[in-house]
Amino acid sequence: MKYNIIIFPGSNCDYDAYYITRHIMGDEAEYIWHKDTSLKNPDCIIIPGGFSYGDYLRAGAIAKFSPIMREVIAFAKKGGLVMGICNGFQVLTETGLLPGALMLNRSLLFICKHQYVKVVNTRTPFTRKIMQETILDIPIAHNEGNYFIDDDGLKALQDNDQIVFQYCDKDGFVNDESNPNGSLLSIAGIVNKKKNVLGMMPHPERSSDPILKVTDGQQIFKSIKHFIKK
Amino acid sequence: MIKATIYVTLKPEVLDPQGKVIKTALDTLGYHNVKEVRASKMFEVTIDSETDTIEKEINEICDKVLANPNIETYTFKIHD
Repeated sequence: MKYNIIIFPGSNCDYDAYYITRHIMGDEAEYIWHKDTSLKNPDCIIIPGGFSYGDYLRAGAIAKFSPIMREVIAFAKKGGLVMGICNGFQVLTETGLLPGALMLNRSLLFICKHQYVKVVNTRTPFTRKIMQETILDIPIAHNEGNYFIDDDGLKALQDNDQIVFQYCDKDGFVNDESNPNGSLLSIAGIVNKKKNVLGMMPHPERSSDPILKVTDGQQIFKSIKHFIKK
Repeated sequence: MIKATIYVTLKPEVLDPQGKVIKTALDTLGYHNVKEVRASKMFEVTIDSETDTIEKEINEICDKVLANPNIETYTFKIHD
């Protein structure tokens, strides 16, 4: 299968995404510069982490206007898989491909640490090979990861089964203590209604290289591969 | 040339941790009578436009770029 990894000025997790998908998962992967106007036959697009456009105005706010985003949006609307990681999640909410917004962490601190997340929805292409309620150790590194949506939006997320990951402790308890940034309902990742677009704040590409001992993130890439190959 | 001052503010129901910290700092300095602080953004925009279309244009600029409608609202003043 083939990934396209979008690079904006200021993206910095593109190489990690490429390294994991190409060299650890053994899939094809290509970089796409944000000014390009065509994709390269992807099965899945990754919008990687970083600080696109320096997070100027709001994180992801300017990236949404880059030429390539027209193609990314069209690809998503046709049902293509899109995975936004960290800044990528922010870009996806700014474009409207995902609902809600990522706000400043309630602590006002940039938080960089290992984090447990619980997989609460295995009915997506990104989590279909993971058992329901599995706890994954996937690092976070962000200043604006505090997910917010209004009451009607939250009800829609719940009714449509769109919440995928929630921050939790090592025993899987989802509570305020284990919520690193104040995210509503400890939401760490969601999908759109059609479940082909995923946004997540944690970095699965930082939890997939065996040399780092923890490879929980691989389960997400394996799920994607399984979905595409079926 | 028309100058406009645009204020983009967090919706009242949205938590503002920056505002909270600023209030705490003021409290530490002895300003105990400050009850709440909300931090906002202000943009000064100079547009070459007509007076009858300027409001519509500023609304569009705000809706599309300057404000995130999920969490922010805006007001603006047009200067003659």
